[in-house]
Formats: sequence, C-alpha cells, structure tokens
Amino acid sequence: MSVNQQAHTGPPYGQPQPGYQGYPQPAYGGQSLPGVPPSQYGAYNGPMPGYQQPGPPQGPLRAPPTSGAPPPASGASHPSGHLAYSQYEHGDVQNGIPASAAPMQRPPASQPFLPGSAPTPVSQTSTFQQYGSPPASVQQLSNHMAGMTIGSAAASAPPPAGLGYGPPTSVPPVSGSFSATGSGLYTPYSASQGPPPTSVSQGLPLAQPPFPGQTISTQRLPTQVPGFAPPPPSTGVGPSSYPPTTGAPRPPTMPGPPLPGQTVAGPPTSQPNHVSSPPPPSAMSGLHPGPPMSGLHGPPPPTHPPQPGYQMQQNGSFGQVRGPQPNYGGAYPGTPNYGSPPGPPPKRLDPDSIPSPIQVIEDDRSNRGSEPFVTGVRGQVPPLVTTNFLVKDQGNASPRYIRCTSYNIPCTSDMAKQSQVPLAAVIKPLAALPPEETLPYLVDHGESGPVRCNRCKAYMCPFMQFIEGGRRFQCCFCSCVTEVPPHYFQHLDHTGKRVDFYDRPELSLGSYEFLATVDYCKNNKFPSPPAFIFMIDVSYNAVKSGLVRLICEELKSLLDYLPREGNMEESAIRVGFVTYNKVLHFYNVKSSLAQPQMMVVSDVADMFVPLLDGFLVNVNESRTVITSLLDQIPEMFADTRETETVFAPVIQAGLEALKAAECAGKLFIFHTSLPIAEAPGKLKNRDDKKLVNTDKEKTLFQPQTSFYNNLAKDCVAQGCCVDLFLFPNQYLDVATLGVVTYQTGGSIYKYAYFQLETDQDRFLNDLRRDVQKEVGFDAVMRVRTSTGIRATDFFGAFYMSNTTDVEMAGLDCDKTITVEFKHDDKLSEDSGALLQCALLYTSCAGQRRLRIHNLSLNCCTQLADLYRNCETDTLINYLAKYAYRGVLSSPVKTVRDALINQCAQILACYRKNCASPSSAGQLILPECMKLLPVYLNCVLKSDVLQPGPEVTTDDRAYIRQLVTSMDVAETNVFFYPRLLPLTKADVDSDSLPAAIRNSEERLSKGDIYLLENGLNIFVWVGVSVQQGLIQNLFGVSSFSQISSALSTLPVLENPFSKKVRSIVDMLQGQRSRYMKLMIVKQEDKLEMLFRHFLVEDKSLSGGASYVDFLCHMHKEIRQLLS
Amino acid sequence: MATYLEFIQQNEERDGVRFSWNVWPSSRLEATRMVVPLACLLTPLKERLDLPPVQYEPVLCSRPTCKAVLNPLCQVDYRAKLWACNFCFQRNQFPPAYAGISEVNQPAELMPQFSTIEYIVQRGPQTPLIFLYVVDTCLEEEDLQALKESLQMSLSLLPADALVGLITFGRMIQVHELSCEGISKSYVFRGTKDLTAKQIQDMLGLSRPAVQMQQGRPLQTPEQPVISSRFLQPVHKIDMNLTDLLGELQRDPWPVTQGKRPLRSTGVALSIAVGLLEGTFPNTGARIMLFTGGPPTQGPGMVVGDELKTPIRSWHDIEKDNARFMKKATKHYETLANRTAANGHCIDIYACALDQTGLLEMKCCANLTGGHMVMGDSFNTSLFKQTFQRVFNKGFNGEFRMAFGAHLDVKTSRELKIAGAIGPCISLNAKGPCVSENELGIGGTSQWKICSLDPSTTLAIYFEVVNQHNAPIPQGGRGAVQFVTQYQHSTTQKRIRVTTIARNWADAQSQLQHIEAAFDQEAAAVLMARLGVYRAESEEGPDVLRWLDRQLIRLCQKFGQYNKDDPNSFRLSESFSLYPQFMFHLRRSPFLQVFNNSPDESSYYRHHFARQDLTQSLIMIQPILYAYSFHGPPEPVLLDSSSILPDRILLMDTFFQIVIYLGETIAQWQKAGYQDMPEYENFKHLLQAPLDDAQEILQTRFPMPRYIHTEHGGSQARFLLSKVNPSQTHNNLYAWGQESGAPILTDDVSLQVFMDHLKKLAVSSAA
Repeated sequence: MSVNQQAHTGPPYGQPQPGYQGYPQPAYGGQSLPGVPPSQYGAYNGPMPGYQQPGPPQGPLRAPPTSGAPPPASGASHPSGHLAYSQYEHGDVQNGIPASAAPMQRPPASQPFLPGSAPTPVSQTSTFQQYGSPPASVQQLSNHMAGMTIGSAAASAPPPAGLGYGPPTSVPPVSGSFSATGSGLYTPYSASQGPPPTSVSQGLPLAQPPFPGQTISTQRLPTQVPGFAPPPPSTGVGPSSYPPTTGAPRPPTMPGPPLPGQTVAGPPTSQPNHVSSPPPPSAMSGLHPGPPMSGLHGPPPPTHPPQPGYQMQQNGSFGQVRGPQPNYGGAYPGTPNYGSPPGPPPKRLDPDSIPSPIQVIEDDRSNRGSEPFVTGVRGQVPPLVTTNFLVKDQGNASPRYIRCTSYNIPCTSDMAKQSQVPLAAVIKPLAALPPEETLPYLVDHGESGPVRCNRCKAYMCPFMQFIEGGRRFQCCFCSCVTEVPPHYFQHLDHTGKRVDFYDRPELSLGSYEFLATVDYCKNNKFPSPPAFIFMIDVSYNAVKSGLVRLICEELKSLLDYLPREGNMEESAIRVGFVTYNKVLHFYNVKSSLAQPQMMVVSDVADMFVPLLDGFLVNVNESRTVITSLLDQIPEMFADTRETETVFAPVIQAGLEALKAAECAGKLFIFHTSLPIAEAPGKLKNRDDKKLVNTDKEKTLFQPQTSFYNNLAKDCVAQGCCVDLFLFPNQYLDVATLGVVTYQTGGSIYKYAYFQLETDQDRFLNDLRRDVQKEVGFDAVMRVRTSTGIRATDFFGAFYMSNTTDVEMAGLDCDKTITVEFKHDDKLSEDSGALLQCALLYTSCAGQRRLRIHNLSLNCCTQLADLYRNCETDTLINYLAKYAYRGVLSSPVKTVRDALINQCAQILACYRKNCASPSSAGQLILPECMKLLPVYLNCVLKSDVLQPGPEVTTDDRAYIRQLVTSMDVAETNVFFYPRLLPLTKADVDSDSLPAAIRNSEERLSKGDIYLLENGLNIFVWVGVSVQQGLIQNLFGVSSFSQISSALSTLPVLENPFSKKVRSIVDMLQGQRSRYMKLMIVKQEDKLEMLFRHFLVEDKSLSGGASYVDFLCHMHKEIRQLLS
Repeated sequence: MATYLEFIQQNEERDGVRFSWNVWPSSRLEATRMVVPLACLLTPLKERLDLPPVQYEPVLCSRPTCKAVLNPLCQVDYRAKLWACNFCFQRNQFPPAYAGISEVNQPAELMPQFSTIEYIVQRGPQTPLIFLYVVDTCLEEEDLQALKESLQMSLSLLPADALVGLITFGRMIQVHELSCEGISKSYVFRGTKDLTAKQIQDMLGLSRPAVQMQQGRPLQTPEQPVISSRFLQPVHKIDMNLTDLLGELQRDPWPVTQGKRPLRSTGVALSIAVGLLEGTFPNTGARIMLFTGGPPTQGPGMVVGDELKTPIRSWHDIEKDNARFMKKATKHYETLANRTAANGHCIDIYACALDQTGLLEMKCCANLTGGHMVMGDSFNTSLFKQTFQRVFNKGFNGEFRMAFGAHLDVKTSRELKIAGAIGPCISLNAKGPCVSENELGIGGTSQWKICSLDPSTTLAIYFEVVNQHNAPIPQGGRGAVQFVTQYQHSTTQKRIRVTTIARNWADAQSQLQHIEAAFDQEAAAVLMARLGVYRAESEEGPDVLRWLDRQLIRLCQKFGQYNKDDPNSFRLSESFSLYPQFMFHLRRSPFLQVFNNSPDESSYYRHHFARQDLTQSLIMIQPILYAYSFHGPPEPVLLDSSSILPDRILLMDTFFQIVIYLGETIAQWQKAGYQDMPEYENFKHLLQAPLDDAQEILQTRFPMPRYIHTEHGGSQARFLLSKVNPSQTHNNLYAWGQESGAPILTDDVSLQVFMDHLKKLAVSSAA
C-alpha cells in the first residue's frame, strides 16, 4: 500500500509544481481507467475528475505557499502522504459523485481519462493529495528530496486510460498513480483492470480496510470492476482488514497490489474512493458522495481514527481521519502532499506510506491464491511467485516454467526502447511441479520425429494453424506453410480445430515432451544412461574435519535414491568414485571383485582415466564392493598429511571417464582448498580486498586463467555437468573454480569453515537434494519467437557456442535461464507474440527427449498496456542477472549507475507517457512496478554490488554465480528476505504468521523473528522476550543462556517449539538449498550480520535505506523528465 | 694332453674358455695373416661341480693400472713373501693373512688346477633379488589366463626373500602397490607419454621429499629406508595377495574396434619399470620380465599403428626404408636398455603372439642387459610355460641358475690387446694399456658389464696380437689372459670368479703347423659367425656374406694344400676340414639370411646366437640330424636332402626347433595304424624313439624349442627341408637318380657346388 500512498504523495508534489495538479491527477485516473472496464469506469472517472479538479486548486494553493520553487522538491517527498489522503478523499468524492461528478470535473483536466473511466481515479487522487497536502507537503518536500517519489502513481497516462477502456485488459496502468485519490476510481479500475492492482491498493489504505479490500477484489476481476459497487463490499472487507492490521501504514500496502494500488498508497485516500463507496460505507462512502474534500473527510472517518494521519495532514479532517495514515504520512513522505504538509515537513518519508512489498504479496496471495491459474488466455499476468496457486495448462506454459517481465509486448522496437522495460522471460524448463499438477505428457511422433515447421523448425504446438482441411499447417512463428505428414493427418472440425485436438498434448497444452529420434542424438547414437561420479578431496583438511567420513557414510545410503524415470524400479544411472589430493585415485568397483581396487593417477599434468570397466557401475550390482570402498576410504586416508590439492585434473578425470563411457553425467566434487599443487589449472591466491571499488574490482569476479573456460567447453561437449561442494577455510577462488560448474549448468555449494557439528545437516541435505533432484543431461535449449522479436541475450549457468543455442551439460529442476528479447521487426496486436522454448535433453534413464514450452503474449501499441502487464519480480530477476554479469566487465559503480538509470528511465517513461499529467514533483509509479524501487535498492545493496567489509571475495563470486541461475521466486526472497514474527504465529494453524517489512524499526524487542532469504535463516530474539517463550523455544531459562552457536532449534515438546520448527522445516522445504540457521540475539555480535538483511534500512556498507532510495529515484526521474 | 682336441675340451671344462687358436702367432703381422682372429669364447659362470668357492678376498696386484689377481702363473717368492704379477711384472707383498704361505702350504689360487677360482666376498649390504613382472593385458582371454597361471606358479619358484613387483599394461600402465591390505592399489600411467625417471619417481611417490606425505601409510620408520616397499615386496609376504591380484587381472577393458589393434603401451610400461627400479634399487640384481602379446601400438616405442590394415614392418619395408616407427622405437628401447644396464638390471622379453611383437626394436633391451628373449605363438603353449618355468631352474647345488650385475674385467699380457667383445654385455669404457684401438664387436674397453647371466652365457672376446714382427717373443714364452668376473650370485652373495689362462706363442713362419694343429675350428666358426652376425645388425646382408666368403677363401688359401689353379688338388688338414661346411650352413642360417624370416624372428635368432655357448651355437649354425629306422640304431646323418628317405624317421635339432619327420612310408604305416597292432610293436617303438630323444633335448634346452611333429608332405616339413643341404633339387633331380633322398625345391646352391666354387677360388692365383 505504501506504494499507493506514494502515489498519492506523488501527486501532491506534482501538484505543487504543476499547479495544475488537477491535470496530472486526471492523468492518473486516466491511466487507470484505461484498464478499467470502459463503461462503468467511465462513470467513476467522472467522479474522479471531479475530485481532481478540486485537488488542483488546493494544490496550487498549497504549492505556492510552500514555495514556488520548493514545491516541486518538497512536494515530491511529502506529497505521498498528502496524496494519500487526498486520494482517499478523491476516491470518496468519486464515489460519492460517481460517474457524474467526475466526468464533469475531469473533462477539463483529462477527458480522455474519463473514458478510461475508473483508472482516472488515480489521477484524481493526486489532485486530492495536492489539495490536502499543499502547504504541508511542500514543506516536507523541501525537507526531503523533493523527489520523494511517492508516486507510486500508477496512474498511467490519461490517454491510455481512455484506450484502456476499449480493451478492458489494459486497465493495469492505473496502478501507478496512487493518486490514491483516484483510488476510489482506481479501485474501480483495479476491479476492471484486475491487473492494475497497484494503484488500487493505495486507495485502499485510506479507505482502510474496506475500501482497499474492495479495490483489490475488483482488480482481480475485471468484470467486477464495472460493478464496483459489488466488489467493493467484499473487497472492502479485505482492505479494511489491512488497514487495521497494519495500522495506518499498512492500509496502503494492502490495497496496493490488488487495486490499482497506487491510489491506495495514498492510503486512505485512494481506498476511500472505491472502498469508501462500497464497504466502508461509513466514512468512505460518505466521502465519496461528498466532494473531494468531503471525500477526504470521509476517509478519515472510515479510517480508523488513527490519528497520525490526521496530524500530518494538513487537511485537518483528513489527518484525523487518517489517523492511521498519518503514521504513514510521517513515514510516507510520499503522502507529503496531503498529509505531509503537516507532520511530514520535518519528518522524513514515512516508510509506511511507501509501497510495501509485504502488502503487495499479501494482497496477491489473498486475491489470486484461491483459484487455479488457467493458462488458456493470451497475455495473462500470473499471480506473484509468492502466492500459492495451482496452474491449469490450457495452451500456455505454466508460470512455473516461464515468467515474463511483461505479458504485453510493445509492437515496435521504438516503443520498447522508449519504455526501457526489458523484455525478458525467465525460463525454468525442468521446474518441479506441485503434486497436484501433472508433468508434461510425453508424445511420440514415431520414427520421423516430432512434427516441425519446415522453415523455422518450430515444434508442433497449440498455436499452429491447420489449413486446407488439415492437410497443411501454417507456422505460428514464421508463417511458413508445411505439409502435415500423412501419419499425422487429422480432419478439422467446423471451428478449424483438429478433431483430435484434445487427444494430443502438443495441440492443447502449453508444455509437453516429445520423444526424440536418433537424429536428435549426439553422433546419431541413442545415448547411454548418464553417470554420477563422486570425487572426494582427501587432503588433510578434508580428512581432519571429518568430511571424508561423513561423505562416505552418506553416500552409502544416498546411492539408493538416485533419480529414476517415473516407473522404473531402479535408477539407470551408474556411479563412479574418485578421491584425490595431489594425485587422483580411481576405484574399480566392478561387481565381480571381492574388494575394490584403487588406481592412482599421479600424472595430473595430462589427465586420463585409468580404467573403463568397473569404474562406472550399477549401484545394486556392485553394492557390496561400493560399501566396502566407502568403508575403507576414510581409513585409507586417515593418516594423510597431504595438504595440497589439484582441481582441474579432477574435472578432467571425470570428463575423460564420461568420454570413455560414452555417456553424459554429473560430477559431484567435494573440495576444500585452493588448488596449489603443480598441475594444470593451478591457482594462486590473488584475493585482494583493496581492489574493491576500483576499476580492477572486476578481476575478482573473473577467472584467474582461461584454462577453466576451455575445460568447461570440453565438458559441455561431452555432457559433463559439474556440481561443486566447497568447504573452504580460506580463500579458494570461487570465481575461478566455479567457471566449469557455472558453464556446465552445475551448482556450487559453499560451506565456509565447515564444522561437522553445525554444518553437517545443511551439507547432507543439500547433497541429498542435489543427488536426487530431477536432472537432464547434454541439454540444448532454443527459444523461438514470433517474427518481430528475437531472443538476443541469455543469462544463467550454461555455455553458448553460437548465438542461439543454450547448451548445458546438465540441467536440473532448479536451474533457470533468463532470456532477453529484442525487436527486429514489428509485432501485431492481433497475433500477439509467441515464445516456444524447446529443450533437447537426455533423461536420467538415458532417453532423449524434447521438452517444449509455449507461451503467448499480447502485443500493444500503447505503453500503458505494457506497464499494466509487467511483473516486477521477474524484472528484478532480469536486472539482477544483468547487473551481476556486468560486474565481470565494468566497474561495480558503473553497473549500479546503469541499473538506477534504467529503472529511472522506465519509470520516467511511464510518468511521461502513461501517467496523467501532474506536477513533476510527483512520484508516480506504475501499479505493477511500484515495488521496483525497493527491490532495485535491494539489488544495489546486495553483496555483489555493494559489499560490506565482512563479505569475502569468494562470497561475492559465489553469490554472483548463484543468482545467475535463480528463478523469480528465489531472487524475490533473496533480495527481499522474508521476515516472520514467530511470536505472532498461531500455534494451532498451519499458516505462517504474516510477514513484516525488513526494517529494524519493525522489530519489537519483545518478540522473536525469523528471517530467511533462501540461503540463511536467522532467528532473531529480542532482549525482552518473555522467559516462557525462550524456555519453550530454546530450552533455556533466560535470554543470556541462549547459545548463538546453535545451528538447529532444540526439539522440545511444546506447541511453540513445534510450531517454530515446523515453520523452519516448511521454509527449508520450499528452497532448493538447505538454509543455514543462525540464532541472533538482539545486541549480540551477530546482529550486525542480521541487520544486513534488513534491506529497507540503511546498510552498514553504505546502501541507502528504502526511503532514501525512493527519494533518489524520484530525483532521477525528475531529471529525466525535465 | 694327447691331442689338441682333448686339450681344448679340458680347457673348456675347467675354464669355460675356447680359443680359436690355441697356439698364438707371435707377431701382429702373422696374426692378421691367420685370417681368423685370435679370440675366445668365454663362459664366465660355467658350472663347475668341483669348484667350491673360497671365502676370502682375492689378492690383487698393487699397480693401479693392473690390479690383476694372484694366480697360478705368478712367480712367488715364498721366503720374501712376494709375488710377481705375470701381467705387469710388478712385485707385490702378500697381505698379512698370507704370512704362513710356503711351497707346501699354498693358497688355492696358486694351485695350477685352480686356474679358475671363485671368491665369495663381503661387500655392501645384500639386497634380495628383484623380479618385476611387466604384464601385457591386451591378450586373448585364454592367453591371459595361461599367463596368469604361469605367473602365479612362478611365485612359488622365486627365492622366498626375493622382492617382487607387478606392472600391468594395455592402453594404460598400472604399477601395483603390493603392500596394502583391503583395497588393492595401483598407480596408473597413460601409455602415450614418455616420462623421465624423475617424473616417474615423483608420480609414484618415491622421491624423498614426498615420502612423508604418502597418504595412507604409517610413517616410514628410519630403519626401513626402502621406500619402494609399496611396489616391491618380499614374495613370502605377499604371495597370497599377489596371487589374488593376478587372479583378478582382467583383459585390458578398453574397447578395440574392428579393424584395430589393441592399444598397447609397451614402451612406456618398460620405461616405468626401468624408472621404478632405477629410483629404488640401483645396482642390485633385478629382472624386469616383460610379457607381451603383441606389438606396442602407442606412445613412445610404438612399432606399428593400431590400424590393422597397416601390417607391421617386414624386412622388405625396412630395406625400402618404409618402417616409419622403427628408428624412433629402437632409439627409445636403446635408451631404456642403456639405463637399465647402467643400473645393473636386466630385461627379459617374453613375447607370445602369432604376429610380430616388435622384438626387432626391443631386442637391445635383452641384448644389452643379458635378459632372456623368448618368442612363442601363445602364452598358452608349453613352449612358453616351460621356458618360463625354466628361468627359475635351479642348478645342481640348489641355486638359481642366474647371476646379476657382473663386471667382466679382462687383463692380458703385454703382447696382447683387447679388441672387443660380442655378447649380452655393455662396455664399461675402461680404457687401459691393454685396450686395442681396433675394435671388434663392443670394443674400446677392457671391462664389460653383463647385467644378467647364467652358467651358459658366453661371450666372444677378441684379441689383437701387438707384438711387432721384428721383436719376436722369446721362445717358450707364454701369453696370458685373465678374466675377472665379479657378480652377484643368485644367493645375493657377491662373488668374484677369476680365470687365468696361458697359451704358447709360436712363430707363424717357422711353426705354422703347430699353430695350424692348435686351430679350434668349432670355436673359430662360432667366433667368425658372431662377428658376421654382429656386422649383420648394422650392415647390409650381402656385404656380410661377401665378407664371410672372402675370409673363408683367405683361410683356405692360407691353410689349404693345393697346387695353384688346380681345384682338384685342394686339401684341408683335419683341423680345418669342417670349417667350410660350417660356413656354408652359416650362410644359409637365419642369422644372416632374412628371407623367410620376419625382422622379429631374425632378432630372436641373433639374440640367442650371441649368448649361447659353443655347442649350442654350433647346433644353431649346423643343425643336427638323427635318423631312426629298422636298419639299425639311431644314427646321426648328414644334414642333406639325401638323408630324407621314406623308411626313416628323422629328428632334427636346430636349437630353436625340434623337428620329427616321418618318411613317406613310415607315415603311411602310421596312418594305417600298425603301431596299435600288437604284432607291430617294434614299429611302435620306432615311432616312440625319436619322441623320447626329443624330450631329452627339450628338458635341457633354454628356451624351449618349438616342437614340430610332421611327416613327408606335411606343411611343417618345410622346417626340415629348409635346413638340409639341397643336394637334390628340382634342377638336378634326374642327374642324381631317384632312388634316394627327397628333392628340395630351391635355387640355393648345394654344399657340393659351394665347395667347388670355394676350391676354385682358393687355388686361383688371381685371388
């Protein structure tokens, strides 16, 4: 909601500047409107405008007061707060007035919007805000960066709005402008827009529970939108709840997501709009009817009297009403305009007023988590990754396989360039599915192989058009007409569909697999089943730490769980074993032997495999020999004094072994130290922290030698995937060691200062999962697209020998490839844009298959549509990967600046083209992107881009490589960790406690929190937690007795302990890696580390706080706009 | 000393020495005119049942350049306790231990019957014998199985304290660690990369600094400096282990596609074996025993590529300079052989395959180190199995018939100089006053190293008379030669065998008949043959033959009695009478003729020729043929086609082959099954007789000869037909009548023709 609030605030600022304020607002409204269902919205719009107008006046007035000049600046910051209020008010107003009023008013400001109807609200909100905030806001503005961005202003360009109506879908844009004001309107939009949610949300806040909620709901269902009235009620509830819960701050967030969101931000304000009308009946509704002003008031009433807002708000009434808001307001900054003026001025932006990720997530969860996501419709934006939802494949690939930054692509490259929104898809071809969803069906097209387009070689898919009675089909990608092979012929029904449409997965589903023929195999030979080779460092460190024994023990049982093809009784995968220090030891574990045989290869300069038969064996056949081997390895090396290790020869050995066995496979390398023994790939310690922040910093991320790149190339050619488990006690140059892993599609696991007691669970769990997880080998992925766009860039763990084929020696269910698209021609709105991702791979049973994922996207000629269908999480995924690759070639500073600049351009473009005209001082964020700033800030503050002093070079390289293969859900939680108040958990239910925002001020020292980011779990214990809780959770009697060395929570038989442990277990289950659990006691040393993850706060390494960054962004945007 | 024959025989039995001339021409000029050089065949370790070794150090001449050993030829002043060296005339004091010496109390070395005496000396630590098996695994399953069994069996034949090691190779080379329990370990090397000794030792963890870091092993105890223990273990400790290990040996697992030879890294395997011993046990007796079933096909030392369509080099290719790998491979093995020899180790090659295995290239490994070379068709033949078993034969006194690391030091009196030696030895480059500038064989030294030898190992040593014509030796003076052989006995004792011989000088002009009568034509034939074979290794075949012919003609000219230009008047004295015949057969022998032999076979034959004693050498030159018939007891018959009669069974011994040949009629009888009828039991006995005799030969021969049982018209009969003098051929069949013998289809000249020509040339005044 904060977002929304911002939006609101934005407006305020804007108001000051433009003076017109009114206009801008309308714009917002307009934007939102577009999305909104035309007709109904229309009405809303009407109202909105009205509000806006009112707003303007205020704005101007206020503006002046503050300061001609200042206004802008100050306005920006504060605005949000104000806006929020105003928005609400507006909303109310709108509501009150509904269509009629609005239209009237708006006309002047932005008629177009009106048509857009609902959307407009946003804009309106802004106006309101202006009103409210004027004076106060200004001041605030001055205080803060003028730029306070508040404006999550979803409000897209007014004009669009109009358009939007036309196309119901478009609605989304609205979000941007919190213009909360519009919010009322928004909500409507939202409703209609469904997508736009953002803006709406804002509105909600104000409205407080009721409104916001309403808006939200509405958003979801476009249809409903029109019926605003109806939705509101329901939604209203939701929202209302939010507000209450969150307190003032929250409100905004809540609505944010769902609703146009933006408006919401304005918290109260926006919500008020819609909300008020419906649910909030009380205040809100009242407001609506009333003129803008009244609206404002309205909100207040509804709002729960949380005073803060009131104070803040200049509008006396508002402020009061918003009591809650005020809180925001203070925080908001954004609100400033409205409320800010009063309170804000002196204060900073109120964090509660700026878009809150938590709110967005919660909203999406409650709005979209309940019903399955059906993929039949082109260009649908899927629920957020944080939402649990089921997918029904009806022709498009599940979002678990593919997510896009935008589901509506600009038709032309000019548009795309203008918006600067990267067009990218995050593809996880072998993603694991929840048990309720079915795996892709396997299709066998017989000896001639899958049916494909003659020209572009695209595979048969639901979008292929059968013509001439089914004798030919026209390619949906390149339009080439291809004969249907006789064995594939089928008649068409009266709609032109093949009669067997539903019998054939490749005609009716988005994802499916083909059985590949021998033509798709290397050397025209069907592949042999793959092999796993375990390669264990047995140098002094590894032996002494107990690692070797641990691995050997674990392997004994783990080998029973090798991945197997669905119905097979035993895994087809063969296994081999190697140990090494300065030399390599291979083991012959042929089943006919009584004892394993060890073969030592000391010629590491020229690696080779000493044996063929007996090295790779079937586990069951050779079980006794293997067990005997694993028993003896720890004994054999128990007295070793060899400290030096080699590394490249180890990989070479595995590679050679696979070559000799003529199969693909995976190496599991357990390694402890920098390979300094005389051998190829020998490394020196080149760690130098002094390089950080210099032009040479990039060298820390680059491999020391090109040797490993060449080795990686060879590995890929053979289908040799390398998984690396590192146990360093000091620098071991992850950047170099990881090269092969990275390029072969493998995973790196790093356990610094490995200690058996504390790290063994984590390591073993990772190992188990890594061994057991589904994996494909010798994979080649190609992404085909409709003519007009082209996959131009790829991010992830793979190797490319040409510009189109992504080659991976191994690809597991966690690996993700991000693909960027660029225009090379025009797209058409009619046909949309299609993606087909074809992955050729060898299954774990040695079967050669093609997995096909198809996705259809909409195309737009209006930027607003683009902004309305964006997915910020995916965008962040792309941006992070882009930036993390950038550090290889550019100074980190340059990379950071480029990131900021690109985002500023994206937002500025929106502001310029989609948001309703408003003062430049307003920060207006598209609803769908209102979290962009906060997330972006997290990326910028991440260890790779802004390392703190305690972050080692290896950590950075490790994370850099890790992130490059992450999917959207992982990047999401990695950059914005999940913070759960454990003490708030309901011990009787299965649900998680509601997350809170990552900021220290959210922590109460009387509570216990859990923070997870996909790699670590922290359990933070406040100093004044009740003893009972401590006793229950840790089994000790006082805070001081809690040991921070714990790596697991003690198993205690009480509900709280059980609940917490089940939460931890659940979280562990959700992540691809077992997270390291650390106990952090408040005011303890470790807390520094913990604080690093409170990403909304200023970081020790100099990373900006969310609020500061938002201001900075606003400034950047304004610079771009001016 | 009734006849020279007896004298020669006595000398041979006592000293293991046979001289070409037993009376020596007294001047250089005369000596050269004798055509056959003054030379001897020395069997350093000839078995002497009656020679108990003495348990003290020999007494040496104190002159640093001489150091001859006190011997029966020395003049002794019992009163002054002095003795005069008979080589340098240095007067030496007896050591204190000889204080009690007197005419009646002589030490053994002064007694005339001890012209050969053996000392046991205590020097340095005694290291056990070392046997390092280098086993090819690119074999057919049956072959490998047979080989494994032979190897396992051999463990029981080794001395209990011997160290044994195992290296297996195919595409890779595995050096097996034998010290471990549980998991068997081996170090693996790839077969394509040559490694220096240092690298090998580093990689095996043998270099000193690496010692402490050896994983998995307890600290080296200081009193156990033998770091190689992991690879070389006392056989009594690990024979169970090793037996199992051998039992589990698998064929080389690397796939061999059709049309390819298996990749066999013999070159590197040998290199590693050499490097391993070099780093761990230099200068102690060690045998590297290479068992290979085919040619090296990769890496250094490869002899042929792995494409089956390219056959391994033949003599034809070699003559055409078309053997692409030969030179490089030869160089590789020569380097190895020299290193091995320098370390005092030896390399045996047991090559069993139907095709060639690269013996040509590898021959120097065995030749220079005194190792054995055995060639067979398969490891699953009795030829190999028994030969291999015989390597570990024990002598009459229960000692192994093998000795190691011998230094042969030859000292001569002043009138003689040493021109060189031919045999399984390398030069130690010991220059000295008695070293001639003219080299025959391995010259330029008076000392050689024989890394491995057995009681039959025989060297040819060539001398040069340096006495000037105008300074004749005092009449009655004798020339002396002393052979001092220090070696490591199979019991690991260090021993020194000293043989001192003396021969009379004679003036060739005045006493030619003495010299003539003392000619040992058998020894001379072998000595000349060795020279010829030695030359053949480096020269073109025809040149060698021409040289031999010229020598023969010159000899006949010198010692024949004839009238000028009257071939019919030509006569040779008894002591020369057989010599031309030896030369005739030598010319036809596989040692000089490569036709019909593969390069490997030639190398194999030459190898054995260069080390066997005189009797065996003669058999090689001129095979022995026995006839069995109802007409009388078995009798030796002429090696002539006329000996091949239908009612005879022939037994031919060529050293390398034992051929039993049933004449046409006999064969028919046998087919008819007469031998099974009680009334023809005598026929059965007749059939059995040659078999029994053959067994007898087989029992004693090393290596086991190829045993061939054939009959008239049988394909294997070629072995016989190619050896006999083709007195009857398709060319002269009718001239000789049909009633006797079997015609040989050849264009080779017969002995008769050869002799005719020889006579003609010998008497020709134009020559």
